[in-house]
Amino acid sequence: MGTINVSRKYTLAQKIYLYYIIKGMLINLKRFFRGLFLQENWTIQYPEQRREYSQRFRGAHFISVDKNKTENCTACFLCETVCPAECIHIIAEERPEDENTYGVWKEKKPASFDIDLLRCCFCGFCEEACPKDAIKLSRDYEMSVATRDEAIFDLNHLKREVKGRG
Amino acid sequence: MDPVIFTTTAIIAKILVLLGVTLGVVPIMVWFERRGAGWFQGRPGPNRVGPFGLLQPLADVIKFFFKEDWVPANANKFYYLMAPVIALVAPLAAISVIPFGSHIIIGDHVVHLQLANIDSGVIFILAFAGLEVYPVILAGWASNNKYSTLGALRGSAQVVSYEISMGLALLSMLLFYGTFNMNEMVTWQSQSLLGPIPSWGAFLNPFAALVFWISIFAETNRLPFDLPEGESEIVAGYHLEYGAFKFAAFFMAEYCAMIMASALLVTVFFGGYGFLPGMQMLLEMATAQFGLAEVGIQNVTALLQFISLASKVAFIMFVFVWVRWSLPRFRFDQLMDLGWKWLFPLSLVNLVYSALLTWYMN
Repeated sequence: MGTINVSRKYTLAQKIYLYYIIKGMLINLKRFFRGLFLQENWTIQYPEQRREYSQRFRGAHFISVDKNKTENCTACFLCETVCPAECIHIIAEERPEDENTYGVWKEKKPASFDIDLLRCCFCGFCEEACPKDAIKLSRDYEMSVATRDEAIFDLNHLKREVKGRG
Repeated sequence: MDPVIFTTTAIIAKILVLLGVTLGVVPIMVWFERRGAGWFQGRPGPNRVGPFGLLQPLADVIKFFFKEDWVPANANKFYYLMAPVIALVAPLAAISVIPFGSHIIIGDHVVHLQLANIDSGVIFILAFAGLEVYPVILAGWASNNKYSTLGALRGSAQVVSYEISMGLALLSMLLFYGTFNMNEMVTWQSQSLLGPIPSWGAFLNPFAALVFWISIFAETNRLPFDLPEGESEIVAGYHLEYGAFKFAAFFMAEYCAMIMASALLVTVFFGGYGFLPGMQMLLEMATAQFGLAEVGIQNVTALLQFISLASKVAFIMFVFVWVRWSLPRFRFDQLMDLGWKWLFPLSLVNLVYSALLTWYMN
């Protein structure tokens, strides 16, 4: 492997390069004093300050509930079918009539509804496919877990209250 | 008091002060380096532990203390353990010949503010500064790791090529001063060059000062010459296999070496403990304010001299940090090019110039 020499025209000041080093260092000194006295930061102090993401941000999933805390999901399997990552696993069962006394009687309900977050690619197709507006993506982006089992959201966790969306 | 006991006490006190100041500055420097890096890069830096993050070094020390003390299986254990010790001892020993004030008067005793006032001070300090490359080689070789060995080889090649220009720059100043004694150098530099401007080495021979300044960056393995460490290329270089407190020793050694090199640069080129502008006025003000006698004036002078030296050293240390976060690392061939093709011949020419100037002046 040979060395490729790219010929460039340098001026004398560039060849000595002490002048340009000092010039660059002075620029950096300006940065230093701006950081020291004006606290000019390009970063945020994360746990205290949070970045505002867009309203359309697709974060952790949740299932919307009605006022009786009954999930809107009717276990139609549309989300499981459309999911490109195959991360949604639903087991359906019949919903007892007395469980939903008001409004429309939803005949089916999910016995279990698991989303494997480690597989999910947050494309939002499930949200688009859902005819009941049941499954939605929140703007919550803090999804770190300690074990793999915790990364599987079950129905209980999905029915949590989410602010600002849904 | 018995003069023998007094002298012994004075020497022990001086050792404690020197060690305390040097090792006490290290955590502050570590803090400043990290916080300063933040300010240079437009971020706050470590600000969680204590006020302004000042206790961050302490947290680091606790972390180092409780880490597992681990020795690689195929390492040469003796040299592996010896390397950090030499790294720490060499710069601390070299500091002992740096004068940090003229003298103070306690009772009827005169205490010279220099641990070892030896006539061959420069030679002594060069010997110990040269010793700093041994821990690099020892650590790299004894770790039995390819990256460490690469770092050690780079370190030795670098120090050899820079020590020559450093020595020549120092030699040109020795021609001016006509002495190897650090204390006499400082006294020589305190005489007037042009009116209020003192005859500092940097004014007499700015080129030697520049060469020396560049060389101490290479000597202390600091950016832009941190090739022996080169995080992005050879992981961590010579101290790759060191963990826990052995790494902390290397870390401290780097900062001690910086302090030593800055103190040497200040002593030889920037008037050592000679007064900064305005200090003389301060002294006269203090004399008038407190009605000091001769003894008091001398003691206040020594204090101001120490402050002068400390501020000069602090400035050089700031430049160390400033350069570190401004300049990228040199490539190895660029480093050799700069060392052998530029600094070495130019410092030779500079030596001839200094010799002629000295001859003309005499």
